[in-house]
Amino acid sequence: MIKVRDSAPCRRGATIVVAIVVAAWLICSGLIAFAQTKNSCLDCHSNLPEPLGVSVETYGQNIHAQKGLTCAACHGGDASSDDPEKAMSRAAGWKGKIERKQTPELCASCHADAEMMKKYNPSLRVDQFQQYKTSVHGMKWAKGDNKVAVCTDCHGVHDLRAPSDPRSKVHPINIATTCSRCHADAEYMKPYGIKTDQFANYEQSVHHEAMVVRGDLSAPTCTTCHGNHGATPPGVANVTNVCSNCHVFQAQLFQTSPHKDAFAAMGFPGCVTCHSNHAIKAPTDEMIGAGPKAVCMNCHTAGDSGSMQAEAMHAQLTNLASAIAASDELLGRAERQGMEVSQPKLQQTQARDALLKARVAVHAFRDSELKRDTDGGLATTKLTHAAGEKAMQEWKFRRVGLGLSLVMIALTLVGLGFYIRSLEQK
Amino acid sequence: MAGPVASVRAWFDERFPLDDLKALAQKKKVPVHRYSYWYFLGGMTLFLFGVQVLTGALLLLYYRPGADEAFESVQFIMTQVQFGWLIRSVHSWSANLLVFMAFAHLFSVLFLRSYRKPRELTWVSGVLLLFLMLGFGFSGYLLPWNTLSYFATKVGTEIPAQIPIIGRPVLLFLRGGEDITGSTLTRLYGFHIAILPALATVLIGVHLALIQWFGMSVPPGVEAKWQAIPEDRKEIRFFPNFVLRELMAWYVALGLLGALAALFPWGLGVKADPFASAPAGIKPEWYFLFMFQTLKVIPAKVLGMDGEMLGILAFGVVGAVALLLPFLDREKPFKTRRWITGLACVFLGYMAVMTVDGWVAK
Repeated sequence: MIKVRDSAPCRRGATIVVAIVVAAWLICSGLIAFAQTKNSCLDCHSNLPEPLGVSVETYGQNIHAQKGLTCAACHGGDASSDDPEKAMSRAAGWKGKIERKQTPELCASCHADAEMMKKYNPSLRVDQFQQYKTSVHGMKWAKGDNKVAVCTDCHGVHDLRAPSDPRSKVHPINIATTCSRCHADAEYMKPYGIKTDQFANYEQSVHHEAMVVRGDLSAPTCTTCHGNHGATPPGVANVTNVCSNCHVFQAQLFQTSPHKDAFAAMGFPGCVTCHSNHAIKAPTDEMIGAGPKAVCMNCHTAGDSGSMQAEAMHAQLTNLASAIAASDELLGRAERQGMEVSQPKLQQTQARDALLKARVAVHAFRDSELKRDTDGGLATTKLTHAAGEKAMQEWKFRRVGLGLSLVMIALTLVGLGFYIRSLEQK
Repeated sequence: MAGPVASVRAWFDERFPLDDLKALAQKKKVPVHRYSYWYFLGGMTLFLFGVQVLTGALLLLYYRPGADEAFESVQFIMTQVQFGWLIRSVHSWSANLLVFMAFAHLFSVLFLRSYRKPRELTWVSGVLLLFLMLGFGFSGYLLPWNTLSYFATKVGTEIPAQIPIIGRPVLLFLRGGEDITGSTLTRLYGFHIAILPALATVLIGVHLALIQWFGMSVPPGVEAKWQAIPEDRKEIRFFPNFVLRELMAWYVALGLLGALAALFPWGLGVKADPFASAPAGIKPEWYFLFMFQTLKVIPAKVLGMDGEMLGILAFGVVGAVALLLPFLDREKPFKTRRWITGLACVFLGYMAVMTVDGWVAK
């Protein structure tokens, strides 16, 4: 007879073993994960004064910390150890304070490594260090200049945030201020012999107004024209190319203009010659022509063909602007009187568009180029002005009509009153 | 002398009882007392309704319902059609005066207690007509398809949606879908030019027939005085004496309408953009403002109930009480008449205060 063993205790034992293995695996992986993210450095350094102190809050906002990196990623050592001797031992690769000179290469050790960066942000570029080496900053750094900007000067060190964070020093809204920390410091910039008024000028510019006042983050700041990691001042030859990144039509028209060759021959840097560089003000119609505010007269003399062209263009622009203003005033008056003028008001936008196009067409520096737009705009304002006049005539007609109607109604009422009285007196 | 006019008249008399009607009108009397001026309010309301029918019919010649055409067609009426601006402006102003006059007529009848037996049905038909006038106002407001009307209709149709069970079906019925679209416009257009006018015609017919049948009500105080001193009773003939006086009142209303239309032409606004956000401080027409403001200021929860729903319920109760008022009015044993007058004063004051509050509120 075959003895059959009871299988239930076997199944129970197997279940217990599997449960122990799973629990052990979970505990071990948890400990490993804890050891990997543990940052014992902060235990002490969060209590130390500057420059050795780094608060837990500051560190917590650091993009590297948020990605799971510890102090050891830059400083070396063993951040998982609670023993300072072990944590900061040379054997564990501890480097101590990172010298400014070492910074670009240290950052590049990860940021130039495509394989490494893919793990964190696959869309992040990895050529910053290569670009940096082509920049004025990078070239001077390579020659041993320890004052020029390195990565941490712009991005920050322990408070380093992602550029998309509005608190980041390299967020578009903060870039100009970050650059100005060195470039507006006359004492600091003395050895380089360059101006330090760029930031003050930029603060007066239309670009700064767009960025800071209107909050338009696409507005240009220092890095838009100079580049960021490969920062260099645009040369005379390529200023137009820089501006044309945004001002496409103006640049195209300039390329066809007589000024292109003339400026090149005289060594004038395209757009900047008339508009300045950092202190670019909102352009006005007075900038063109032969008037006191006209930039044309910086090169041209009164009566020459250039100044006459400029005067003709100025007249075309101001004529259209005045015609638009006159129609606006008339239509506004009619609207305030309760007249329905929404259609001619809508047409006014066509005239405004024509003026805008004419102001762009100025960059061809030929009055014939403007004429097409200004003539179209003037034709529109003629229609809108006529509509405004018609509305005002209609308004007067209504008043007269109302007056006459009320008189007739009053007379009828008086007549009715007399008739009722005579009827009741009978 | 038997001229052509007399011949036509004789021919007509044989086929239509014009002389009988004339005799009836001349026989009919209208009491004269110190409250007689209130009698004109009903006639003024009727006149303004007539103006609405006439101007509305003229607007129909050019108005095109549809999200893509409505605004443009009203713009066309106001700018291209000869006197189109006047017709549209008079229609809009007259609508507002009509609602005002209907409310004034209702409260005058209430305070003079003209709803008493046997005029209960006259009152009920009048209150129903007032509700219809509000319906005309609501359905007509969206027709120009401008920003203000679009969002006001959006808010307005959301209010009944708060009612449990039937709220959502009502919203879908009014809007013709989930949102305010061209379907809502054509739907409200249908109500405005077909369903509501048909109902109003029937009710006005009933209302006028009842008035003609029972005659003008005399306030209880005046009636008692006349019973005590019969020689104090004064009356004038309905035709032509009262009708001519009414005609004078209509002329005054016509002058007022013309002046408002010419001096303050009704604006068109900006075409509705369903994708734009609602403009700040959007408000309904003034006659809905007291209800709108109430729902705005009422707390979210009142005694554990949803505040907005409670507000809607309260206005529903007020409407029902207004409709059934003649049947609640009993001199004995509760002396409800004083209560009714007092409550009407309170409600009138409440309407005025909430309207002003809604008007000045940001």
